Amino acid sequence: MRWNRLHAAAGLAALALVVTACGGDGDPDSGGTAGGTDTDPPETSAASEDPGSTGAGLTIWADAERTPAVEAAAATFTEENGVEVSVETIAEELQTQYVTAHQAGNAPDLVLGAHDWIGNLVQNGTIDPIQMTEAKIAEFNPIAIEGVTFNGQVYGVPFAVENVVLFRNPELAPDAPATFEEMVTGAQALQAAGSVSEILAMPVGENGDPYHMYPLFTSAGGYLFGEDETGTYDPSDLGLADPSAATAMAKIAEHGEAGTGALKRSITGENLVSLYTDQQVAYMLSGPWSIAALETAGTPYEISPIPGFEGLGPARPFVGVQAMYVSSSSENKAVAQEFATNFFTRPEVARAFYDADPRAPALTAVFEEVAAEDPNVAAIIEAGADGDILPAIPEMAAIWDPFGKAESQVVGGEDPATTIANAAAIVQEAIG
Amino acid sequence: MAQSDTRLSTDQPPAKSPVRNIPGLSERRIPSGTGTLLRIAVLGIVAALAVFGAFPLIENESWVGLAILVLATAVIFAVYITPRAVPLKYLIPGTLLLLAFMVYPVLNTVATGFSNFGDGHRGTKEQAIESIEGNSVTQVAGSTVYQLTVAAEGDPATGDLVFLLTDPDGAPFLGTLDGLQELDPGSVELSDAGRILTAEGYTPLDIAQAGARSADLALLSVPTEAGAIRSSGLSQAFEGSPQSAYDEACDCITNVATGAVHTADDTVGFFVDENGDNLAQGWRVNVGFRNFTSVLTNPTIAKYFFSILVWNFVFAIMSVLLTFALGLLIALVLNNERLRGQRLYRSLLILPYAMPAFAMYLVWRDMFNTDFGLINKLLGTDINWFGTPMSARIAVLVVQLWLGYSYMFLVCTGALQSIPADLTEAAQVDGAKPFHAFRTITFPLLLVALAPLLIASFAFNFNNFTAIFLTTEGGPFPADNPRAGATDLLITYTYRIAFGGAGAQYGFAAAISVFIFLIVAVISAISFRRTQALEEVN
Repeated sequence: MRWNRLHAAAGLAALALVVTACGGDGDPDSGGTAGGTDTDPPETSAASEDPGSTGAGLTIWADAERTPAVEAAAATFTEENGVEVSVETIAEELQTQYVTAHQAGNAPDLVLGAHDWIGNLVQNGTIDPIQMTEAKIAEFNPIAIEGVTFNGQVYGVPFAVENVVLFRNPELAPDAPATFEEMVTGAQALQAAGSVSEILAMPVGENGDPYHMYPLFTSAGGYLFGEDETGTYDPSDLGLADPSAATAMAKIAEHGEAGTGALKRSITGENLVSLYTDQQVAYMLSGPWSIAALETAGTPYEISPIPGFEGLGPARPFVGVQAMYVSSSSENKAVAQEFATNFFTRPEVARAFYDADPRAPALTAVFEEVAAEDPNVAAIIEAGADGDILPAIPEMAAIWDPFGKAESQVVGGEDPATTIANAAAIVQEAIG
Repeated sequence: MAQSDTRLSTDQPPAKSPVRNIPGLSERRIPSGTGTLLRIAVLGIVAALAVFGAFPLIENESWVGLAILVLATAVIFAVYITPRAVPLKYLIPGTLLLLAFMVYPVLNTVATGFSNFGDGHRGTKEQAIESIEGNSVTQVAGSTVYQLTVAAEGDPATGDLVFLLTDPDGAPFLGTLDGLQELDPGSVELSDAGRILTAEGYTPLDIAQAGARSADLALLSVPTEAGAIRSSGLSQAFEGSPQSAYDEACDCITNVATGAVHTADDTVGFFVDENGDNLAQGWRVNVGFRNFTSVLTNPTIAKYFFSILVWNFVFAIMSVLLTFALGLLIALVLNNERLRGQRLYRSLLILPYAMPAFAMYLVWRDMFNTDFGLINKLLGTDINWFGTPMSARIAVLVVQLWLGYSYMFLVCTGALQSIPADLTEAAQVDGAKPFHAFRTITFPLLLVALAPLLIASFAFNFNNFTAIFLTTEGGPFPADNPRAGATDLLITYTYRIAFGGAGAQYGFAAAISVFIFLIVAVISAISFRRTQALEEVN
């Protein structure tokens, strides 16, 4: 190979581009983009011109619904303290993406999510415990604190509490039903009169929906995990294997497709709200997440607790808590903890958060203030007052699939006792 | 060497002016202006990317990755600067990308199959220990909670950090790595809430400054008798002590509060106690062939593996056959020039191919809904499509037919037009019936062209996760097994086993993926061999 001048020129020019690559990195330390938490340029450009800001910023991940509310809170924090806070929306699979990002070293400093993620997040070592004073903890709804407690430690700062309720069209059914049977009879009368085509809109689907079925399950006497003396769920006491589960499923089968027809597998999460807004059904079992769709459609609704079965116990729904978590690999842990424990828990910040995303706040004072103005919030919390906190132990993940499929089969007309016994065996084997 | 052979094979003397446009043919070729510029630009970009990628690799001390990066860059530079190695100039981009995006992921998957990588087993043992110990720090019972101001001795950016603390009574303290000392109340100024605003000799940091020194702040804790005083955010400090401690001598973690001892079990990657209960955080270990053998020996998995495998083959074969049959039929019909409105029919029939498959699967799923779906409403029936195995399978195949026939229609049209028409005309003249002519002349010629596409379509449908998961999710499920459904493919079964239970089990999923890969690879290899026999026809 003969090197001629053109070859040399080509090599030199290539090296010249290399030098521009070095210099054009933008970061003062060239390894700034290396694995560590990502310090994205902030969305609030005002803060970057602030002479007090030093480049140490926070990154928060939230899902699409909560991003506007978090951005508002973040802007207030930046204004007060000069620390840049950037909020990123992760539309799908936030939990999985967070764990994966944490492993790659790219996790945000804070993330918002449901409390039943805690078991999984802790077993992967992705979040740090939150230390709050007793006085601070007392300011929260006790069930919210119960939800974010795992192995005796508080792992997240709760900001919203939610549970399923009964939505009722007051034009078709003026009074709240006292029992489930009363609701079914009323709806059947409406069916006979031709006003509605279905009795109840409760999502079941081919694979079941244990989250929505749980209040009926508990009303008929079932339970998922026993609780030990401290109130934490004990995975060794599996309620599905208990005879009470078979009795409960038998009660549910009475209202399945072979019974009154209140529960149908063809009603799923996708067609649920449209059934109600098309006024094909007068009763819907859903949660506060459906309110936005109801408001848009303009269908009248009233919220009441889910009625229990006649002569049996009250229907206790799952209570879900939304919380903010601090990442264990955050490079700005002190500021992140400050944001989560001291800034985010201020009543005025919580109130602003509620204004942007109306869910029942976890801070008792803010909740009382909001409940006075918004009857929906008060009704939702009242409906969930008796509820069971959704178990956050890792063993819970093994329950959803078999329990759901058992529910679907029972609704479809299979024998409840054998179906639930099979499900219990599968779960028992999965959790070991 | 190709160049010298070519030159020697001609009897002409070498031309006076060097041949220009045949690459590498003469070593004295002068490269053209635009070619050189292009080469400079491309090599420059490659070098820039290499340098950009080198910094993170160096920081993370991944020397293997760095070596690969340097090697790849050197190869690219060598190949494109020298006038030799002409075939490599064309092959290098494709080869590098093939190695990076095909070979490496496959090898990585196989390697993952030998470990227990998954939820609870993502990191190393040291990370698990650190997490367990760190998460066990609890507030010492009855200890005071201090109001905190982070301060520095001297310059906020470089001075040693200290804690300026006030207890609930307002007494000020100084917290350093040496311990807690009382401060003279006269030397400090308190805010209304009780936090220290200023102190002699120390500069309080605001939140932004404290955030900039997070790394140093994380290292600062004030040792006390019961434990240490740590910061909780930037405005509070509490006295905490870790409840769990790792002892290297016994390779175990002891909880000082409950006395529970969990010993490390390196075969499963957990800390376990005598009862078999494990701590939440685990680590990744190499489990050898355990994942692979459990696929074959675990009764729950093995029992349904075979029936799922059979349906998987049936699904893939039927998908290909049905779509091919319908596509070929329509192509034959529309191949006739005497048919009017061919363009209109063609555009309408291509529509399913233009629709996004993902969305169409969801639409079809809702169309098969028992009470509210379009199919039942149109036919006036009450069939629970996804409720019984046979109807679910038929439904899934109908969806596949609708989505796939237009692709087959397109390729069949192309292949049909490449068959010379005089062959079939000659057959007609000879008195052959149309179907006989088709079967003996047209169809074998078609297969020569289409066999590879049919095999590719089979391989694709064998692993068509979205087709099953978005429509039936693998159901319906028998009462005694919620894991293996009637329309489950191996890949949906894998997905459910690996990700449906207690968290993600990537190692196990990787092992099953390797099995699926072997099955599909063997079938494809055999099919390609056999289709070479079809080449003899032509």
